Amino acid sequence: MATVEARGITKVFTQGERGAVNDVNLLTREGEFMVFLGPSGSGKTTLLRMIAGLEDPTAGDILIGGQVVTHLAPRDRRIAMVFQSYALYPHLSVYNNIAFPLKAQGVPKEQHEDKVRWAAELLGIGALLQRKPRELSGGERQRVALARAIVREPTVFLLDEPLSNLDAKLRASAREELTQFHHRVGTTTIYVTHDQIEAMAMGDRIVVLHEGYVRQVGSPREVYDDPADTFVATFLGSPPMNLIDHGDVLVGFRPEHLLPRDMVPGPAVAIGVRVTGVEYLGSERILYALIDRDRFAEQKVVAKLPATYETGAVDGRAMEFAVAERNLRFFDKTTGKRAASRSLTWG
Amino acid sequence: MGVSRGAERLGIAMFAPALIYIFALVGTPLFLAFLYSVGDVTVGSVGYRFVGLENFASVLQNPTFRGALWHSFLFTVGAQLIVIICANMLALALVDRFRGRGLVRFFILLPWVAPISLGAIGWKWILDSIYSVINWALVKLHLVGPFDTPMWLGESSLAMMSVIMVHAWRMLPFSTVILLAGLTAIPKDIPEAAAVDGAGFWRTHFQITLPMMAPIINVAVLFGVIFTFTDMTVVYILTRGGPYDSTQVLPSLAFFTGILGGDLAEGAAISVFLVPILVVIAWLMLRLAHRAEVV
Amino acid sequence: MALHATARRRLSFRIYRWSVLSVFSVLLAFPFVWMAITSFKQTSDLYNVDNNPFLFNETPTLEHVNLLFEETMFPQWFFNTMFAGAVVVLITLLLAVPAAYALARLTGRWGERLGIGIFLVYLIPPTLLFIPMSRVVSLLGLQDSLWSIIVVYPTFTVPFSIWLLMGFFKSIPRDLEDAAMVDGLTRFQAFTRLVIPISFSGILTVVIFSFTLVTQEFVYALTFISSASHQTIGVGVPIYLVRGDVYYWGSLMAACLIASIPIAFFYNLFLDRFISGFTVGAVK
Repeated sequence: MATVEARGITKVFTQGERGAVNDVNLLTREGEFMVFLGPSGSGKTTLLRMIAGLEDPTAGDILIGGQVVTHLAPRDRRIAMVFQSYALYPHLSVYNNIAFPLKAQGVPKEQHEDKVRWAAELLGIGALLQRKPRELSGGERQRVALARAIVREPTVFLLDEPLSNLDAKLRASAREELTQFHHRVGTTTIYVTHDQIEAMAMGDRIVVLHEGYVRQVGSPREVYDDPADTFVATFLGSPPMNLIDHGDVLVGFRPEHLLPRDMVPGPAVAIGVRVTGVEYLGSERILYALIDRDRFAEQKVVAKLPATYETGAVDGRAMEFAVAERNLRFFDKTTGKRAASRSLTWG
Repeated sequence: MGVSRGAERLGIAMFAPALIYIFALVGTPLFLAFLYSVGDVTVGSVGYRFVGLENFASVLQNPTFRGALWHSFLFTVGAQLIVIICANMLALALVDRFRGRGLVRFFILLPWVAPISLGAIGWKWILDSIYSVINWALVKLHLVGPFDTPMWLGESSLAMMSVIMVHAWRMLPFSTVILLAGLTAIPKDIPEAAAVDGAGFWRTHFQITLPMMAPIINVAVLFGVIFTFTDMTVVYILTRGGPYDSTQVLPSLAFFTGILGGDLAEGAAISVFLVPILVVIAWLMLRLAHRAEVV
Repeated sequence: MALHATARRRLSFRIYRWSVLSVFSVLLAFPFVWMAITSFKQTSDLYNVDNNPFLFNETPTLEHVNLLFEETMFPQWFFNTMFAGAVVVLITLLLAVPAAYALARLTGRWGERLGIGIFLVYLIPPTLLFIPMSRVVSLLGLQDSLWSIIVVYPTFTVPFSIWLLMGFFKSIPRDLEDAAMVDGLTRFQAFTRLVIPISFSGILTVVIFSFTLVTQEFVYALTFISSASHQTIGVGVPIYLVRGDVYYWGSLMAACLIASIPIAFFYNLFLDRFISGFTVGAVK
């Protein structure tokens, strides 16, 4: 178990163009489950590959366990990686797939069987050892990839979107199993994904990346409740945070905080809206509306209400909504960065 | 996927001309080849007389034939061994993009693309007993004496070596291209996973890359065997089968016997010996065509 | 200069690549370079054993090339080969394009079996068929005529082309023709007006490869055609550019060069398409 550190890591693929990764500084804690979250092109996979040693950084250093490993080959870094496609060796049995890293690193033959069985049991695939990858389901292949990663007892795990090839239904249970796996094994893990639900559910801390820059590092609560800029604010949360143009500043509030006036106690800002659409999703209701207030009129907002609450909302109806003051977030209009709170003159 | 009656009929109509053509112009001679081999037919003969296995018996007793059979195997296996090793090396060198790759590929492909006969006659000039440029170089480098120069096409074992080399020279581009296709079909993250797992270059190549290429290597070998085993052009042009039939192979012997010699029946009998090998190869091909899909 | 592990690896691979490529390019292309040098060397230079063969010890000359075009049947052979090639390609297209489409689209399970069968036909060698084939040719009265090979060559160009084209046609989504048929075209019209234009590059590839197969062929032309004026380049050059036992090496090499390089050029242009067709078509 070790920490992973990135110091000033930059990767430029084409001279003169913006780098895929720009001056990233990170330090994981020991045993942490850290998530790199961002849309495609954000640099999260490139960053992971540099930590793995599969790409050379243009500038900066990678440290694992306090040692500089920037120009070391992957095999010398004591890491293990699970690829998005799992990259199982198709001509080898599951047993031999898992045993391959042991062979490659010169582990004495007598120890192979015990270690392979231990890894297989850990992932519940003990019965599949003689099969070939093409005979396995997606979920089973993923477990083989994990077993192959764990068998060498690496200091760091690197996972590149391991759940994206699974059926949507399977993903939730696979997610839970991965979390339990992490608790049992406790290895420092870096997990790359574009799915913010996965990030929120699994991460101890989330690194939000956009266009090669780190936008924010924080616990799920921090990035959700205290976003550092408009990108983080709108990337996390579904539906995304409402952003209202308030003259010199952007005002943000989450859909679940935009509620009918009588549901909002304490200091709040009133927002009159005209409903344009209602979606009933079973467990909740999504309301689409336009602000009725003069200066801010015609700006779109979204509200998310538990389905148990009957609002009587229909298309075209004018309603009084409000947001508690403590749920308002302010962002600088030009930079998008988080600005200080202020009192709103609404009118 | 259900197909309507009309569509089925259209399909048959579109396929029929090719089928009829091939059936007539391949099936007939194929059938005749077997018929001649068990008959008594010469260029001048009019009728047909069934003689059973007489031709095969006389052919098998002929030492020239046994030599040709042996040479066919020797040349094919020898050339293929050289080709597979060299094609592997070449494919590895060509797999990444680099500047000038197109031009390099042009030069490497020349032996395969040029008509076989012309490449062979080019080699005949290079290996000429008096004017061989190789011999000139050997003498200049003091590796052989000026009156000791090797008779590349005139001395039996050298001639055999020369034929094998020319076959290998011709097949190498073809096999390289096929192996290259197999190499590039390997997903990029497999060697990366092997690198993370701790495998160095050689272990990855022999335990991961080559086994994954195995189906396509087999396809390349099978094609190579067919093209070499059934070829008469190289031998005909380089040595005419000589010296003293030491480079004679089945197809060239069949030509000399059947066409130049006029004994169609015996010539057919000789060429029929090609069939068992072809059948084995065809069967292997079919088995492997399925495997090559699963890469 | 201390190199990092990764940089060291990359350097050693570069060294490997360039040494392998230089050695093999030389080995493979050398005969053609040699053809070029020989074609332009004066006879006295060529046959003088004391001269360095790599240098032009006397001024380069066009005499061999002139001899080739003026005093041999080379131009005739060239024309014969071009003519035969064109007609064979035409026949091949007429037979193979519909057949490949039928196999790729319309015949279900039979399509698979027939496809394999076609492939196997391609593997039947001329050296097995040429003896009875010569009889068939004389029966048809085509002996010693260019038409003998024009009729026979499609026996290998057609299976090969069907095999190649099947792969191309299969990669065209069926929805395209279905949409056309919904719009009112018959299936055959969809074929001629939609599929063929889309497959143009595939068909062009087949044209090039069939043409090269024609130019490369030796056995049938040697067997069926006996007079020099009807012969093709592939047989005419190695066989007839000799007087008795004496080879006219200068002209011979010039002929080889002229016959090989243009073909190589076109082949190279279309090789990538062939490869993608090969890996799709070969494995169905």
